[in-house]
Amino acid sequence: MAEIQLKSLAHSYSDMPQGPDDYAIRQLDHVWHKGGAYALLGPSGCGKSTMLNIISGLVQPSEGDVLFDGKRVNELSPRDRNIAQVFQFPVIYDSMTVYDNLAFPLKNNKVPASKIKARVHEIAEVLEIEDKLYKKAKNLTADEKQKVSMGRGLVREDVSAILFDEPLTVIDPQLKWKLRRKLKQIHEQFDITMVYVTHDQLEASTFADKIAVMYGGQIVQFGTPTELFEQPNHTFVGFFIGSPGMNLIEVQRCPRGVCFGSTVVALEPWQVDVLQRTRSTNIKIGIRPEFVEVSSMASDDTFEAEVLDVEDLGTYKIVTVQLDHENMKVRQSEDFAASTGSRVHLSFPKQWLKLYVDEFLVQEQQ
Amino acid sequence: MQKVQNNKAWWLVLPVFLLVAFSALIPLMTVVNYSVQDIFGPGQAFFVGTEWFKEVLTDERLQDSLIRQFIFSGAVLLIQIPLGIGVALMMPKSGIKGSLCLILLAIPLLIPWNVVGTIWQIFARGDIGLFGWGINQLGIDYNYTGDTLDAWLTVLLMDVWHWTPLVALLCYSGLRAIPEAFYQAAEIDRASKWAVFRYIQLPRLKSVLIIAVLLRFMDSFMIYIEPFVLTGGGPGSSTTFLSQTLTTMAIGQFDLGRAAAFSLIYFLIVLLISWLFFTAITHADKEK
Repeated sequence: MAEIQLKSLAHSYSDMPQGPDDYAIRQLDHVWHKGGAYALLGPSGCGKSTMLNIISGLVQPSEGDVLFDGKRVNELSPRDRNIAQVFQFPVIYDSMTVYDNLAFPLKNNKVPASKIKARVHEIAEVLEIEDKLYKKAKNLTADEKQKVSMGRGLVREDVSAILFDEPLTVIDPQLKWKLRRKLKQIHEQFDITMVYVTHDQLEASTFADKIAVMYGGQIVQFGTPTELFEQPNHTFVGFFIGSPGMNLIEVQRCPRGVCFGSTVVALEPWQVDVLQRTRSTNIKIGIRPEFVEVSSMASDDTFEAEVLDVEDLGTYKIVTVQLDHENMKVRQSEDFAASTGSRVHLSFPKQWLKLYVDEFLVQEQQ
Repeated sequence: MQKVQNNKAWWLVLPVFLLVAFSALIPLMTVVNYSVQDIFGPGQAFFVGTEWFKEVLTDERLQDSLIRQFIFSGAVLLIQIPLGIGVALMMPKSGIKGSLCLILLAIPLLIPWNVVGTIWQIFARGDIGLFGWGINQLGIDYNYTGDTLDAWLTVLLMDVWHWTPLVALLCYSGLRAIPEAFYQAAEIDRASKWAVFRYIQLPRLKSVLIIAVLLRFMDSFMIYIEPFVLTGGGPGSSTTFLSQTLTTMAIGQFDLGRAAAFSLIYFLIVLLISWLFFTAITHADKEK
């Protein structure tokens, strides 16, 4: 087990990077603490897999350092870093049985035979593939193969960390949920540092204690699922986390707040302060659909909007409203009655209304 | 629409039937025809049944050359298959160096067989051949025209030079088809180089190796021109292989009945062994 630290890390796949666009990872510092269960969440192509391969040593970073427990390991191969990694698509040794596949990393580590047997059975039991142990691995179904692939990552006890690169892609949804629970259990049982790459927020939040959200080669926020939901640090986090994502509206500076169209939204004094100090014109306000309040009565701080669409999702409704030419989503309970075309009154509770300058959250100075 | 019930569709098979008849069955049947007759001249043929076959099977000269043939083919496979795999493993994966290696490897394969024989005949000569002269200069007494062992080694070396590239090229293509993910997984699993070869590369080379073994067996078992040009089958008959014995019999001695019976047995041996190889290898695959 180890603490994994990334120090001013950057990586480009081209030999002569011309500009920031040539970088898969742009200058980031990050620490994965010992024994934590982490998720690395982001859209396809944001550099998640690159980061994982840099940690495991399959890819050499073009700039910066990778430190394991404070020691620089840039030049060490995955073998010497003693790290386990599970890939997106199953990689199995098809001439071997399932048992031999699981025993392979242990044999390579010269673990005594009796210990190998016990450990392989333990892992097979966890993954529920005990009855397949003596079958040839190549005759397995795709999800069984992925379990074997995963098992090879879990079987070594002494690893620095286990890295998962979207390991459940080929597995069907029913089993996905179960395996995710399994991984969580394994983490609790063995207390190994685990980093789990995914583009699925649900997967990330069920597995991890803390989630790092990656966007454009950078970690834009690192926090618990609740933090990501309630305090999105970056407009991308707001948009990517939650379904539907945060409502983001481009606005202009106005006295005592911001405005768009003919609508004026009042802000807290400290937010106005920050706005006055910045020169940027890239200003947005954001509020999650869950936090928008809807009523049929107008009052001082409400805005009148038109209901464009109501989607009934069974236990709740997603309402699309239009406020001064801006579309917003609002989440309402099942008994929300207004129909398409009707008028409603929205209000934005102060603590949930976020202000973003240059895509980053404006936070209150303590 | 009414369905027509008759057997006319069989006519569609006719072209295939004719093709197979002319390409395989009819030529083969003429050989079968000769093998059961003793022909003294036009119109003077006598049916002798299985006489020729009995005679051929008990002929010591043929038995000897059959044994030599098996030793030769065995040696060819034992040397060329591992060597070919080894060469393929050492070749650069891509780029200009890889292309250069491929071209260099392909050169021996492009040389006509009798030219190969001639090259080695000169190359291995003790007086003017670089190879033969060099060996003699090292203080080793080497003379492929006089010494049986030297003759054998030279024939084998020539065949290794000529045909190992084929095995290497086949293996190289097989190796390039292995996805990078397997090597990455092995690296993560801390597999040794040997384990990578044994559990990743070798199993995935299996299908190309089946082809390589079959091709090299069939070709080496039917080898004729190269040793004929190089040693003429000598010294004595020490490097006379089956096809040369057969040619001597059919053309030199014009012993058509015996040669025909021999041809059929020769053909059946090649067929039988190829079939055995193939079923043994593909069968091992189906277990479990």
